[in-house]
Parts: sequence; structure tokens; C-alpha cells
Amino acid sequence: MNAITEFIKKSRLKSPWAMHFDCGSCNGCDIETLAVLTPVYDVERFGIINVGNPKHADVLLVTGTVNYRNQHVLRNLYEQMPDPKLVVAIGACGLSGGVFREAPNVVGGVDKIIPVDVYVPGCPPKPEAIIDGVVEGLAKLAELQQQAV
Amino acid sequence: MVDFLLILAGLVLAPLAGGLIAGVDRKITARLQSRYGPPILQPFYDVAKLFGKSPSIVNVWQVFCAYLYAAAAAISVVLIFVGADLLLIFFVQAVGAVFLVMGGLSAPSPYSQVGAHRELIQVLTYEPLIILVFIGIFLTTGSFKVTAIFEQSQPMLLQLPLLYLVLTYALTIKLRKSPFDFSTSHHGHQEIVKGVLTEYSGPHLALVEIAHWYETVLILGLCALFWHTSIIGMAILLALTYFAELLVDNVTARMTWRWMLGYVWGVGLAMCVVNLVWIYVG
Repeated sequence: MNAITEFIKKSRLKSPWAMHFDCGSCNGCDIETLAVLTPVYDVERFGIINVGNPKHADVLLVTGTVNYRNQHVLRNLYEQMPDPKLVVAIGACGLSGGVFREAPNVVGGVDKIIPVDVYVPGCPPKPEAIIDGVVEGLAKLAELQQQAV
Repeated sequence: MVDFLLILAGLVLAPLAGGLIAGVDRKITARLQSRYGPPILQPFYDVAKLFGKSPSIVNVWQVFCAYLYAAAAAISVVLIFVGADLLLIFFVQAVGAVFLVMGGLSAPSPYSQVGAHRELIQVLTYEPLIILVFIGIFLTTGSFKVTAIFEQSQPMLLQLPLLYLVLTYALTIKLRKSPFDFSTSHHGHQEIVKGVLTEYSGPHLALVEIAHWYETVLILGLCALFWHTSIIGMAILLALTYFAELLVDNVTARMTWRWMLGYVWGVGLAMCVVNLVWIYVG
């Protein structure tokens, strides 16, 4: 039984299915995020695949500023993801609202709405930085698992 | 005792083989797309991870359907391993396929509903062809039993080459590979919405995945029956067939369900009739 639990724990780090949600970004971060999935960077070699469905996702990649209209969508998507889950905020807008942070319809960064595990700064961040962000998140997950035992 | 070992092999070795085939499949597909690709054991990591996730259930019907789909797929593989009746195998796997559709229909989500309807059309497309393949086997061996095939002195492929091609059509549809992948894509990374699998999550998605491995082994097992005389012949036939599936998957795009129904029934039924008339007259 113990061996099975160990294998499941190991598998969590080897198979993070990512869902990408564009929370009103300028498309810069989205293009860099999608570049990670192309044959050039090929994140599938780490077991990361892009799913379009929160029910299948382990990692939520959020780009763009959160505003009063899309905050409900963001929360809804987060709540539909089964545990354990990770949230990665990508780009200056996702971190704090960026240059739009004082606009009247803007709430701010992703962490105003849902708990964020990893922040990937940049405008836009490099694809390498985004891969790094997910790997960092997995390290955090592994640490949490260690504490839970 | 031998029967018990065969049942055990069907229950335990079949999903392991199915998972390995899925892993090799993903690796070769990645190489064909000039990518490095995931490790061979990736499908096992995926399924183990899904089992470790907290269940989020839409309704009890969906859970029931996931379990029945997995059970039916496992039973049909065990039946082919113990050499049971081909018609019985056919009906058991058909029950599994129908329960997958019912699981999709039980959730009110439009993606799940559309996926379920498309899956139903796929089932409708390949089931008559499989039945005709079994009729061809009956005409050559005089029995629907798998054990009767092994009493033949020469491989069935020599008498039923066209029916073998028809069976590979059924394999492509069953594996949900291009151009027949419209109920849900075989490759997770290609698909925005997962069709019939949209509302399955966590452990239940893992069950469906394992059932899919069983079904792969079932159809490949049926293919293997066509060269039962030598293990090497069987292995070469299966490797060639699966590689052809992969190539077709990578060089074709998704078509419409109308095209599938027209094309597969048109070409498939024509090949069935030609081959059946050939056996009947010859």
C-alpha cells in the first residue's frame, strides 16, 4: 500500500496537466505560454500537457489583469479544479495588475481573487521562465507533501 | 489452473501492456513531430496521479458508468484470453461502449452531451463491421470459439485479408485516432475540449483510461488471432498494424461524422462482402 502512495506522489510531480486562462492579457504572455507547448520547448517531455478543462487540470496558468467581469470566471475555474492544484500567475499584469492596476475596472493581480503559488515576472516572461515557474511550483508541492506525511 | 493463470494474465498483464503501448505511441508520435516526447511510462504516471486526486463527482450515474465501462472492458479481455465465444466478447465490449456514452449523457454539460452523441455514432460505425469480421471467422473455422481458431493449420490472414483491413478500421475508431477522433482526442495535448470525457475527473477519468487500455489490448488481440500459428508472426503483424495506425493518425486530420459513416460503411461493408463471397464460393 505504501509503495502505491509513493508512486502516486512521484507521479504528481511527473504529470502536471496545465490549463491556461487568459484573464484579459494583451496576448504577449499567452503567446509565450503557448510557445512552451510547441516542438521548440516541448514541455510534453516533462509530462506537461495543455488541457482545456479545469476538471482535468493540475496547474492553472493565469495571464493578464483581473477585472470586475472576469474575476467570477477565474474563481469558478479555480474551484472546479480537483485538489491538489497549483496556480501560477504569469507576467506583470498577472502579478499586480501591471500598467493597468489603477484603471477603474481593474481589481489587480491574480492573488486578489485566488491563492497564487508561483509568480513569474516579466512583460512578457521568457518561455524558459514559465517552464521554471511550473517546476518551482512542483517543488513547492513536493515540500507540502513532505510536511503532510 | 491454466484457466486461472489466463484470467490473471488478462486482468493484470493486459492493462500493463495497454499502458506501455500508449507510452510507446506517445513517444513515436512525438518523434514523428520532431519532438523529444514524454517517457515511455508517462501513461502510468498520468493514471496514478489521477487516482491521487480528490474526486469531484457530477452525479452517481457517471461514477456507475465509469466502473461498468472499466469492468466490461476487463471482462471482454479475460474472455478472449480464456478462448471464449467471439459473439460473447462482442456483446460484453458493446455494453462497455454504451455505458461510456451513458456516462457522458448523464451530465448536462453541452460538451459532454455532444461528445456522447459522437461516441454513439462511432460505436454505430464499427459494431456492424466487427460482427461481419466474426462472421468471416465463423465461415473459415466453423465455430465462433476463439479456441477453434487455434485448431486451424494455416493463418486466417490468408483467407480473410480484407476482413483484417476492416478490423484495422475498427481499431482506429476504437483508439479514437485521426481521422476518426471526434468524440474525444486520443492525444490530450491536441484537444481543447475533451468531448465525452469532459465531465470525468480524477479517479474516474483514470478508470476510463485503464478501460481504454483494456480495449486497445482487446482489439489488438483480435488482430493477433489472424496469425495464430507463430508468436513471431503475431508480433510482426501487430507491430506493423499499430505503426500503420500511428502513421495514419499523424498524417490525417479530423473529418466529419457524416464522412466517417459514409466512408467506413461504404468501403468497410464492400470489403466485407467481397471477402465473405470469396470464402463462401471458394
